[in-house]
Amino acid sequence: MSGCAKSGPAVAHGKHDVVVDPVTRIEGHLRVEAVVEDGKIIDVRSSSQLFRGLEIILKGRDPRDAQHFTQRSCGVCTYTHALASIRSVDNAVGVDKHMPHNATIIRNLVMAAQFMHDHLVHFYHLHALDFVDVAGCLSADVDKTAQIADAVAKTVRKDPKFVSSKEDLQKTKDTVKKIVDSGRLGIFTNAYFLGGHDAYILPPEYNLLATDHYLKALHMQVKAARAMAVWGAKNPHTQFTVMGGVTCYEGLTDKYINDFLALYAEVKDFIIDCYIPDLLAVAGVYKDWANIGGTTNFMSFGEFPAPGGEADLNSRYEKPGVIYNRDLSNVMDFDPSKIEEHVKHSWYKDDSPKHPYAGVTDPMYTSLDDKTKYSWMKAPRYEGKAVEVGPLAHCLVNYAKGQPEFKTYVDFVLNALGAGPDALFSTLGRTAARGIECLIVALKTEEWVNDLKENVAKGDTAICKDWDMPSEAQGVGFVNAPRGGLSHWIVIKDKKIDNFQLVVPSTWNIGPRCDADVPGPLEEALLDNTPIVDPERPVEILRTVHSYDPCIACGVHVIDNKTGNVKKFRVL
Amino acid sequence: MKFSVGHGKDGAVERLEKRGVTRRDFMKFCGTVAAVMGMGPAFAPKVAEALTSDNRPDVVWLHNAECTGCSESILRTVEPYIDALILDYISLNYHETLMAAAGHAAEKALWDTVEKGNFVAVIEGGVPTAVTGTNNEPGGHGKVGGHTMLENTTKVVEAAAATITYGTCASYGGVQKAAPNPTGTKGVGELFPGKAIINVPGCPPNPYSLVGTIVAFLKAGVPELDDLGRPVLFYGETVHDNCPRQEFFDNDQFAPSFGSEEAKKGWCLRKLGCRGPETFNNCPTVKFNQYNWPVQAGHPCIGCSQPDFWDGADWDGETYMYADLTDF
Repeated sequence: MSGCAKSGPAVAHGKHDVVVDPVTRIEGHLRVEAVVEDGKIIDVRSSSQLFRGLEIILKGRDPRDAQHFTQRSCGVCTYTHALASIRSVDNAVGVDKHMPHNATIIRNLVMAAQFMHDHLVHFYHLHALDFVDVAGCLSADVDKTAQIADAVAKTVRKDPKFVSSKEDLQKTKDTVKKIVDSGRLGIFTNAYFLGGHDAYILPPEYNLLATDHYLKALHMQVKAARAMAVWGAKNPHTQFTVMGGVTCYEGLTDKYINDFLALYAEVKDFIIDCYIPDLLAVAGVYKDWANIGGTTNFMSFGEFPAPGGEADLNSRYEKPGVIYNRDLSNVMDFDPSKIEEHVKHSWYKDDSPKHPYAGVTDPMYTSLDDKTKYSWMKAPRYEGKAVEVGPLAHCLVNYAKGQPEFKTYVDFVLNALGAGPDALFSTLGRTAARGIECLIVALKTEEWVNDLKENVAKGDTAICKDWDMPSEAQGVGFVNAPRGGLSHWIVIKDKKIDNFQLVVPSTWNIGPRCDADVPGPLEEALLDNTPIVDPERPVEILRTVHSYDPCIACGVHVIDNKTGNVKKFRVL
Repeated sequence: MKFSVGHGKDGAVERLEKRGVTRRDFMKFCGTVAAVMGMGPAFAPKVAEALTSDNRPDVVWLHNAECTGCSESILRTVEPYIDALILDYISLNYHETLMAAAGHAAEKALWDTVEKGNFVAVIEGGVPTAVTGTNNEPGGHGKVGGHTMLENTTKVVEAAAATITYGTCASYGGVQKAAPNPTGTKGVGELFPGKAIINVPGCPPNPYSLVGTIVAFLKAGVPELDDLGRPVLFYGETVHDNCPRQEFFDNDQFAPSFGSEEAKKGWCLRKLGCRGPETFNNCPTVKFNQYNWPVQAGHPCIGCSQPDFWDGADWDGETYMYADLTDF
């Protein structure tokens, strides 16, 4: 795979300004401006288009309320912000060292379900249409597709539980035909693949199989979300975490645990029999994308703390760490003091780079014509470097650290694709890493459920440690969310929020250039070898943008440390 | 009873069955919607008729200042699943999270529909209105396709046959409107008084409330609304009215903390901030994800279908979500 010769369809000639706004099939509002010359992107700006100001809103409020506000950073990345906020409060007040073991396990299980939901929906409903031509189903031979379905399903295990039948595939083909014949295409209106597109190269049978799984995944995600609701109360927007633990006593009963196990088993089967096989089948056709869309530095905060290990990132199942220059032989410890946010190219009043505990920012919009300040996202940097976060970073750090399951499944995928580790540093690698992480978390979940059952059987039914709010405190909550490293930083004075800061994975990834004019990871990736066949339908831009699974609502925020009077909010 | 599906080119039953929706499943779904709407099981056929009539309306779905939680929530419906129904009874021409096209191709799908007219608009997210930027743009904090959300939403709402504001943000402004509302965000109804607007609030709402609203609208126009613009069908009762912990409330049995024995026993959460008595929504009956809801999971209701719940509720005192409300 490494060193494979340049291939692919003929690219567009001449110079073109390409603006994609709105970027669809992401969360939130993103505008990408690219300059394309002879079919390659030579300049690019990643521009976030919405500012809401949640941090300004948080100042002066009760620290325990923060999780509810911050969770509304994003309903796709639901739960992750609530978890980061409650961890920051737990850390600030000191109850993290006394967290009941069941609380840690339950919070982890809800997070595991979130990974399974989020990565699955991302692959099929947000990313797949960049590679799959749904209309291309219509020329698929259903019998041939059924044979391929059977073979593909056996990619990971020899006895798959989930295989699309000939009847399933015929139904899907008929569904697509009805939509196309009606002339009213709904969400497929003006799709880039309509009428054929040289960059879409799957055989018709693969298009049909993938479309069938797209529809089935729409049903499966209901179950993954319901699994979260078993303890989390609801999805989107869980409501079960509090300072010191969780609230769901009924969740310790056999009924709830067994309901979770049943839901989770189905989702796990779908991941093993459909998601990973489809990923490998599509990646096998789009091998060029192992040479496109790579970045340089990677960071993981770790996730899934061990019971008793809430205060220690190294206790986590997914390990923390930092890698520079793609050097897998040298994983550095993560040092939170090395984080700073830059605003030179962002719509904020100019200021020197600041660590989250000391951030001072003021929103200052100019216009879309401003090529210097061009995004509502700030530019987070680690020791001055742009670092990528997300599934690829999680896989690389853990692979390099020899974490067994990551070693096993990264190698499995590389072998299946006939590629070496170099292939990971690409859009294809990033996309594969998402699937690998989803699989690993899915496989580990059962063990965590058993840990919970064992505790309960031994008579341990504590799920929340009551704790008083101190007058003054300071703390941070770290999460490896499905999109990457998330951190919430809280300063408490007079028992109220004096300062609250969110540094979010999509800001790390999708943010603009920094004070040193170094592009953010998405910008760097788009500048890495991205071909453009048709500037009017630049699907190649979407392929790399989507490989980051952007969440723009999460990523845009303001760290407002304006000192001022603590507001007493008028009750309405 | 006979009903047609989509364009009625084939039999309704065959069309739905080809999507794996048996007639039994579909009628079960209609029964659920009918129950949620407070109608008896005999109304299931009427719901089926509304859902599968020949007139598939065009629908455009706008995202403004939002978190996409409401879009996620509609993916959670079952019996049958949302794909079968959306493919058959509405033509969803524009939805930024799901649609295949991007950029100019996506914009064209939106504005072609608006120009054609006679469509239903679903709005997710509040609308920023504060003036900002070098060019003093009202609503400049949020843009799509190079235009402000305010400008886009105005054009869409003015041309729509009806507008459904889905979620508390679109209905009343939502989290970004919480004090001090840095972007001057407003709910859609506040911006366009006099237009046909139905509020379906919640953070996020129960998706059956949206489906039921669409059904009701297709059948007979705008349903009966309360004084906050919400369909009485779904928001006519408070969370407290149907709360299984009412007995504890009535007996003044309040959990004093989340780690207490009383909390373990499932006592009332009013002392820990529960806003059930002030909140109109159907959470205890319809639940979320067919499984659970906050109080069942041991956590107080935060009042998320009430306007401006982020800044308080109907009591005097300091505003915070875990306040002791037993005196109110």
